[in-house]
Amino acid sequence: MRALSALFGRELALAWGRGGGPLLAVGFLAAVTTLMPLALGPAPGPLEAVAAGVTWVALALASLLTLDRMFERDFEDGALDLLALGPLPLEAVAAVKCLAQWLVNGAPLALAAPLAAIALGAPVRAAPIIVGVSALGGIAFAFLGGTGAALALASRRGGVLVAVIVLPLIIPPVIFGGAAVSAFEAGLPWTTGAMLLCAYALGAVGLTPFAMAGACRNALS
Amino acid sequence: MITALVIENLSLQRGERVLFSGLSARVEGGEAVALTGANGAGKTSLLRAVAGLFAPRAGTISFEGTADADEARRMGVHLLGHQDGLKAGRTAREELIFAARWSGASGEAALGAAERLGLTRQLDLETRRLSAGQRRRLALARLIAAPRALWLLDEPLAPLDRAGRVLLGEIMGDHVERGGLILAAVHDPLPIASRTVEIGA
Repeated sequence: MRALSALFGRELALAWGRGGGPLLAVGFLAAVTTLMPLALGPAPGPLEAVAAGVTWVALALASLLTLDRMFERDFEDGALDLLALGPLPLEAVAAVKCLAQWLVNGAPLALAAPLAAIALGAPVRAAPIIVGVSALGGIAFAFLGGTGAALALASRRGGVLVAVIVLPLIIPPVIFGGAAVSAFEAGLPWTTGAMLLCAYALGAVGLTPFAMAGACRNALS
Repeated sequence: MITALVIENLSLQRGERVLFSGLSARVEGGEAVALTGANGAGKTSLLRAVAGLFAPRAGTISFEGTADADEARRMGVHLLGHQDGLKAGRTAREELIFAARWSGASGEAALGAAERLGLTRQLDLETRRLSAGQRRRLALARLIAAPRALWLLDEPLAPLDRAGRVLLGEIMGDHVERGGLILAAVHDPLPIASRTVEIGA
């Protein structure tokens, strides 16, 4: 327990310091949602129609911004050796890293997302579902992004590789989450999309730590 | 607790190149063994293989005194490599307390270790402000902050001043006296070592 809490505290601090912490991701979301009306024009009709969808896609991309260095620093400076020789298996280390990444970047994004969507014209009553979908989706993005970051270790042009690996993996949660939000706004049954998103996030949490740990071991040897 | 490290008929390969083959060696509890060899002979790779971070081409590495090699590595091995894994933006205190708690020891043990290494005044500095020698001292403080039986040291003397080398000698002496094992890759003679294993000879 002591090792776990020590690791969690350290990963939170490192995620907070990495690339400006949550500011970069939230700033990206804010930038996209302020630029959108400038590009689409001031008429509320088209803006309202895309508000939730644009916010959701911007959030998905924003959550990928800061995670390409998730394992790379530790790999370059030798800290990954230290983590590999600890009481917890690398699978747990990877999961803790992703969880810290989500708390520092995903959770603030989930709180900012309804503000951005409502500012674009989404109905206020959609705020809770936008928070929920963003939080769940953020978990999936953090774990999938971590997988990409781990797989790209020890390769040149790692950043490009992360994007190429991760983008296809985040398409399903983007579709599920978007479907849930737009169904809710239209007054249709929305739980199917939310359930699928939940299942995808759970699957990512359950499976990707093994991939991340394997990729780290591979990079270390 | 690990009571002996046994290396049998070990071969290591990096990419296409075979570093060495047929190496057998034994490190008993209460013994320090120096590992020598030219640059690129495979000293670092051997230490990493013992730590379980590098898969051997052939041969075995086993630990006496514990049932499970993975368990032995996770709770019984300190690896001090060329890279110290210290985070630039964190203070020496934060890094040391993390290392101690990560290895199952308490934060107080970490501060005692800092005192032993003469780092008390540097504890609140960010590690990027430390000199190479101070960083190495901080990495060495991790060894004594959390007790583990087997120390794998990769050129531990390198950036240390004379006082630091004397101090490291004392620390290694204490460890060996308590029944610990040390395998240290070195270029200079290691006074505490009872034997030398040369690779690539």
